[in-house]
Amino acid sequence: MGSECSSVVAEELHVLAVDDCLVDRKVIERLLKISSCKVTAVESGTRALQYLGLDGEKSSVGFDGLKVNLIMTDYSMPGMTGYELLKKIKSSSNLREIPVVIMSSEKVLARIDRCLEEGAEEFLVKPVKLSDVKRLRDIILRGDENDEKKGSRKRKLQDLSPTSSLARDLTPLKPASAASKQSRLKRPRLKNTD
Amino acid sequence: MERNLHRQLANMKKSLFDQGYLDHEQFTQLEELQDEANPNFVEEVVTLYYRDSARLIQNIEQALEKNPLDFAKLDNYMHQFKGSSCSIGARKLKNECTQFIEYCKTGNGEGCKRTFQQLKKEYSSLKKKLEHYFQFARQVGPLEKACRPK
Repeated sequence: MGSECSSVVAEELHVLAVDDCLVDRKVIERLLKISSCKVTAVESGTRALQYLGLDGEKSSVGFDGLKVNLIMTDYSMPGMTGYELLKKIKSSSNLREIPVVIMSSEKVLARIDRCLEEGAEEFLVKPVKLSDVKRLRDIILRGDENDEKKGSRKRKLQDLSPTSSLARDLTPLKPASAASKQSRLKRPRLKNTD
Repeated sequence: MERNLHRQLANMKKSLFDQGYLDHEQFTQLEELQDEANPNFVEEVVTLYYRDSARLIQNIEQALEKNPLDFAKLDNYMHQFKGSSCSIGARKLKNECTQFIEYCKTGNGEGCKRTFQQLKKEYSSLKKKLEHYFQFARQVGPLEKACRPK
């Protein structure tokens, strides 16, 4: 295991969910709780940054003292979009190692590529399913070893056939994204395995 | 007797799927999120949806009365409304939304207004059907707990 790994030993993942839609917040909260995750749901990118303490340049410990292990954010939000939030997180030395997943009801390839290039862990098409959340949870907990080896990015489009559901794009990454990739592999370990 | 009520409830649901009101996959997904501690989760989500979207419906209504129409604004409202509608698995509604958005893109005001009237009817109709369904589900629910072994 990497010596750089400052692993978070936690019993549950703590996920920060960001979505301006009240209904979607309720659903994602439930999806996460059923998947044994702690959830903090906020309605905007601004609130998310406040929670993460980015304003005050503190560490990624939320106000209630819980470290955030994953951020799931909607793409289309008024004010700050999910993409803008992603950029802010990835350019923060304190927060850039937190995996960020973008959710969107629109499968726009340019949008997906943009997010992945900026360092998003995944791009999920809404409505998000329980299987998506469970898969994310496994990825965060175990780390994606393929990702480590190949330095590749994942693209998940729900309508693609199972055989092509993962499109590996090996376009060279920008320096900022590459740096965030290496430090992204700090993953929490469970005290008790399931 | 309980089995009969269960069957009735299942038939109600099947009818909503078959008639295209609800998306089978999404609605079933929501139901899978229910458990003994949260037996009415779907009803809660749907209730939240109707409460939250009432505001959007009103905004769209008002925006459609303006002259000239602000299609960008209408498009934005409708995208929000479409998003929540998808989340609860409202299939016909989602299609109306998509149609409306298409009319926004082509700047077809009459198309928007026509579609919106249709959408409102569908919105109310679905609400009644779901209220009926959940009411019945609540009656059947306790029986399920009573006869299902732990």
